[in-house]
Amino acid sequence: MQWNSLCKISDLIDNSGVCAYLEEEEGTGRQLALFKLVLADGGQKLFAIDNWDPIGQANVLSRGIAGSIQGEPVVASPLYKQRFSLVTGRCLDDDSVRVPVYPVRLHEGAVQVANVQLAELEEAC
Amino acid sequence: MNDAIKIVVVGNGMVGHHYVEQLRQHCPAADITVLSGEPRLAYDRVHLSEFFAGKTADDLMLTSEAHYESLGVRFLCNAWVENIDRQSRQVWLTDGRHLVYDKLVLATGSYPFVPPIPGNDQPHCLVYRTIEDLESIQASAAQSRVGVVIGGGLLGLEAANALKQAGLEAHVVEFAPQLMAVQLDEGGGKLLREKIEALGVRVHTGKATERIVAGNQSRYRLEFKDGEALETDLVLFSAGIRPQDSLARQADLAVGERGGIVVNDRCQTSDPDIYAIGECALWQGRIFGLVAPGYQMARVAAGHLAAGDESFTGADMSTKLKLLGVEVGSIGDAHGRTEGALSYQYQNQPLGIYKKIVVDAKQKRLLGAVLVGDSSDYDTLLQYALNGIELPKYPESLILPSSSEKPGLGADALPMTATVCSCHNVSKGDIVSAIDEGACELAAVKSCTRASTGCGGCSALLKNMVDTELAKRGVEVKKDICEHFAFSRQELFHLVQVEKIRTFDELLNQHGQGLGCDICKPAVASILASNWNEFVLARAHVGLQDTNDTFLANMQKDGTYSVVPRVPGGEITPDKLIVIGQVAKKYRLYTKVTGGQRIDLFGARVEHLPEIWRELIDAGFETGHAYGKSLRTVKSCVGSTWCRYGVQDSVGTAIDIENRYKGLRSPHKIKMAVSGCTRECAEAQSKDVGVIATDKGWNLYVCGNGGMKPRHADLFAQDLDTDTLVRYIDRFLMFYVRTADRLQRTSVWLESLDGGLDYLKEVIIGDSLGLAGELEAQMQKVVGTYQCEWKTAISSEENLKRFRQFVNADKPDANIQFVEERGQWRPATAEEKNRLANSQAIPVRQLTNDTQSA
Ligand SMILES: Cc1cc2nc3c(=O)[nH]c(=O)nc-3n(C[C@H](O)[C@H](O)[C@H](O)COP(=O)(O)OP(=O)(O)OC[C@H]3O[C@@H](n4cnc5c(N)ncnc54)[C@H](O)[C@@H]3O)c2cc1C
Repeated sequence: MQWNSLCKISDLIDNSGVCAYLEEEEGTGRQLALFKLVLADGGQKLFAIDNWDPIGQANVLSRGIAGSIQGEPVVASPLYKQRFSLVTGRCLDDDSVRVPVYPVRLHEGAVQVANVQLAELEEAC
Repeated sequence: MNDAIKIVVVGNGMVGHHYVEQLRQHCPAADITVLSGEPRLAYDRVHLSEFFAGKTADDLMLTSEAHYESLGVRFLCNAWVENIDRQSRQVWLTDGRHLVYDKLVLATGSYPFVPPIPGNDQPHCLVYRTIEDLESIQASAAQSRVGVVIGGGLLGLEAANALKQAGLEAHVVEFAPQLMAVQLDEGGGKLLREKIEALGVRVHTGKATERIVAGNQSRYRLEFKDGEALETDLVLFSAGIRPQDSLARQADLAVGERGGIVVNDRCQTSDPDIYAIGECALWQGRIFGLVAPGYQMARVAAGHLAAGDESFTGADMSTKLKLLGVEVGSIGDAHGRTEGALSYQYQNQPLGIYKKIVVDAKQKRLLGAVLVGDSSDYDTLLQYALNGIELPKYPESLILPSSSEKPGLGADALPMTATVCSCHNVSKGDIVSAIDEGACELAAVKSCTRASTGCGGCSALLKNMVDTELAKRGVEVKKDICEHFAFSRQELFHLVQVEKIRTFDELLNQHGQGLGCDICKPAVASILASNWNEFVLARAHVGLQDTNDTFLANMQKDGTYSVVPRVPGGEITPDKLIVIGQVAKKYRLYTKVTGGQRIDLFGARVEHLPEIWRELIDAGFETGHAYGKSLRTVKSCVGSTWCRYGVQDSVGTAIDIENRYKGLRSPHKIKMAVSGCTRECAEAQSKDVGVIATDKGWNLYVCGNGGMKPRHADLFAQDLDTDTLVRYIDRFLMFYVRTADRLQRTSVWLESLDGGLDYLKEVIIGDSLGLAGELEAQMQKVVGTYQCEWKTAISSEENLKRFRQFVNADKPDANIQFVEERGQWRPATAEEKNRLANSQAIPVRQLTNDTQSA
């Protein structure tokens, strides 16, 4: 799995999202929504999902409000408020909808993402 | 349409109008014509007196020409019917026009009875029934100092109140030995008199007026049979009503000995093709002078035409009302005239309370009641009486104060057939089935059953019933804002305030669980802002905000934002207009004038927002908070500065008010308006806070709403000077900010307050909670810490970091594309984007960053 450094950890905002560009081929790329949640015990966790809101049809998920529903980290779309799991990408309000989720890690102060959708990863293992 | 059944309705009063609406539902194809003898279509006679409190004829309308047109109902105004020809089935108007009918409906109501006293036909001798009557009273009052109402019944007292409000010295002259002799017993009448006299209305009972002659100090002199006399400038007759049955007499329909058109249980007259409904109808020897029975007749008659088999079975004439601020209630047999009836009485002279219940000989059933000074037991007593519920062992416990076993009649005790709302004939069964069908809150039950949308007398009972039924179904009537906090918004507000909590994390640690969500985070952000007013994009707060607050702009469907600079009061200089135009052109923004008298600039990319705002701020603009749950705009008309009719400077006041409250975070958005005269061009009565100029100052209206659920604002206080006006608004807004639920507009908030408008007046004007000083101080703090959020945002590099499409690339969002339409740019549709991708020619707005250097 190849990790791509996207930005510094200091570019992220606690309990909120930002949008990063992941170049795929010359001139084309993906928009990713990166979140950093600070847990109750003070620990922090990073998440990366696609920035495209499949219901609202716009690149906006990084601008939603992050939080948790029954312990599951979620982001609510700023357009029509559907909530998406940051872990699985599943839409909590519409079972038929899912957004891609990407592996993300903190490596020497850099936020790194692998360009593999987690669902594919699960299948491969 | 030729063979459609032709229905002609004579009279477009409250009942005639209700009939038309009902009939249209039952018979979509019927050819309906309604003839209004008045210059206008139906209006709310029940609330006629509000005309004196500032409501206009338009406000009182129950319908409109457009509404009737949309129902396909033909109508004529000033159309007085003179003649019915039953042979040829035609009605003739005074002007010679005539109409053919298949079925005729008489809804002619009644007319005020003017006692045959010599001198009763002079100028300034008036009656109280129509809008024109009230206009005459207003005109006469302006030239009078003293006013006398002849008749001390319900209406007479309402009229006396109107005279008093108009600034006259008001008297009531009553023939009977007591006031409201129909509804009250002697004890009740006596107490009512004391209370009313204490309010400055002089009461003269047991007086028969013999003649009206010229006066010495005043215009007229009333001479009484007992030799005494009373001087007055204005005489208002309110000595009862008489059914308007002259058409029926002319057409030889059966009428009662003392008037009234005789009808059967289907509301048919002696001619089965002619119906009579409302106050003109006589059923089993009785006339019903209230609107609810009239509505019932309208339903029965409309249903009968459509082969329904509902019957009119009489109606309850119980009433509860507030006369000159005194609570009065009367139920059933108030006088104990039923054979063997017994009564219980409770009187509290120091507090001015009188209560009586009348029970049957076996003391099992309630027959009637009289309540003066405190009508809080009315709902319970009425249900006992209407539903024949067995009385408790000690019936007096029903009216004794705070006896701990007071058997408050829970909604549970009522049978399914119990009528809850008599205006719209809604039973407990109807409410229960509405809930079974999925209505799971009060508002939903109200809108699908119409319960409590008439006179509103049943609202407390309805709420109790809905809560009980929901609780039974296991729907916990939970006020928790979400799974992270087991508190209502009001409770959270209190915690933040009392414990001086300054961040969401602090509140979550101490009182919540989990990480929060899109419901509690913005709500808490708003509470924190109302209390401490810190910059919303400060590190601790930024993650709490809805995207609109985070980017200080309104997100549109394609992920771009709209930008709305503040234009206080809607007043803007030519130079500023030019700047808006220049900015819009430069960043290729779509411009549209808003309903709040400002200009919305659409299609701004997130990365352009700071630049756009830098230019706007340089030109003297401030943020308009269009993105926030906060004060939006204070709309104004041009006012006395320019307008021929204006009586105050509405623009100046609107600007001051807008500048005072801009930036205040609240449970939902707040809109205001200021009109410079009663013509009300600023539409202040559709706003959360509305101000209308009078020649003495300002009238304040509150809790109006436009939009999806329009609500007329309520008149809150009259003729205020500007300082008092601002103080009341300070208190009102802060009380709302403190106590409302999340996303609850003021209109809904008011409905949810126990005690409604009166309670709100007590808190805000009467300072009944001792909060006024605190509310004002808190508002002053918010006002004193105002900042233009955009100005703060662009002053720090740290803040600006958020306004980038990508943290790691200097590129635009390629999905945002525009095409041209009517000379402006709008978002491309999915199909247009496809065509663009295949580079077919449509005019396209440039996507690169070149606008910044343009
Ligand atoms: C100040 C006031 C306060 C009131 N308060 C209450 C209250 O609190 N609660 C309550 O229940 N009731 C109250 N009422 C009574 C209530 O308004 C009436 O019961 C109700 O309006 C009766 O409706 P209606 O349609 O039968 O008659 P109306 O409203 O009188 O309408 C009859 C219409 O028919 C028209 N008409 C008559 N003859 C002809 C003709 N030949 N050709 C054409 N048109 C004709 C009349 O001009 C009139 O417009 C109040 C009344 C007043 C005046």
